[in-house]
Amino acid sequence: MSPILGIYASQISGHLWPASSYESISTVTVGAGGISTVTFSSIPATYTHLQVRWIARSAGSESTPGGSLMTYAAPHANNFYFHTLYGDGSSTTAVNSGGTSFATLIDYIPGSGATSGVFGTGVFDILDYTNTNKIKTFRSLGGYDNNGSGTVGLFSGANNDTSVITSLSFAMNSGNNLAQYSSFALYGIKGVA
Amino acid sequence: MPVTYTPIASQTLSSAAASVTFSSIPSTYTDLVLVCNAKNDTAANQRLQLNFNGDYAFSYSYTRLYGSGTAAISDRFSAESVIDLGFFGGTNTTGYLQSITNIQNYSNATTFKPVLNRWNSQAGASGAQYTAVVIGLWRNTSTINTLALSFNSANIAAGSTFTLYGIKAA
Repeated sequence: MSPILGIYASQISGHLWPASSYESISTVTVGAGGISTVTFSSIPATYTHLQVRWIARSAGSESTPGGSLMTYAAPHANNFYFHTLYGDGSSTTAVNSGGTSFATLIDYIPGSGATSGVFGTGVFDILDYTNTNKIKTFRSLGGYDNNGSGTVGLFSGANNDTSVITSLSFAMNSGNNLAQYSSFALYGIKGVA
Repeated sequence: MPVTYTPIASQTLSSAAASVTFSSIPSTYTDLVLVCNAKNDTAANQRLQLNFNGDYAFSYSYTRLYGSGTAAISDRFSAESVIDLGFFGGTNTTGYLQSITNIQNYSNATTFKPVLNRWNSQAGASGAQYTAVVIGLWRNTSTINTLALSFNSANIAAGSTFTLYGIKAA
């Protein structure tokens, strides 16, 4: 693209990955009425890593902090182990869990108890998702701020399975729908062939 | 699949400046990623601050989780005019503040704008040394078209770099 207008300084170029290595695979934006689960299926095995960038809000009546956002991966089994470190503005908490069919992606995202328009956000990385010699490890960074409440944290874990990940799902632990305008975008990152 | 993660603009300061601004940001992407490697031009610790669209009303807030080297700490700032993207010393250090900020769905006109940041200030043998994650909020549904960066009470030092990327979802 042409140089952006209005830059107030000298310019250099550069980027985090080669321009051809980061590709958009699919995006789901939740419509009116919400949806219980966002799923990416038939994920191509042609990348090295996956990244999901999202904003989300619960359609339920959670106060603040709201419910947790969870992720699932196919093949499904009680193989998830994860731990979290988060802060709520005054204290810090570290927890872990395992042997579950899901992993917590973030504690917490806002529900209807939060100010209208407030969404949580995060970035979720899965490394070497097609490598059948490795169990699948992931990390997540996310949170939400509601001008007086909110949480932010680091989340990581493993799906104790060496299968290729072919499907990813996202849902609220409360069972409530994800609210309208929640959006999940799946990207693939290629390595060097 | 469409290739994305595109550098929009970069700035390297050849001399100290009060602020760095990215303006007329195209609204054709889904997310923005701002990569800063900066320090201030004084010997004091200063906060790198982010502002959107010239809105200096008190419509920003943020919650942090950070480690100081001896403890994990969480704090919160409400009704602010900026979001802090890091805390770091200036000319007394050889290191720089590393700060990467994700601004997702920045061009929609329906949601407030969440800001997700990771920063580190590792000054070597002396000075501030922290690692942090920050969640911020701009309580405004406007499309973000301008980012302004400055330190709270100092110039941005020469050699500081700032790069803005755009990511477009399919």
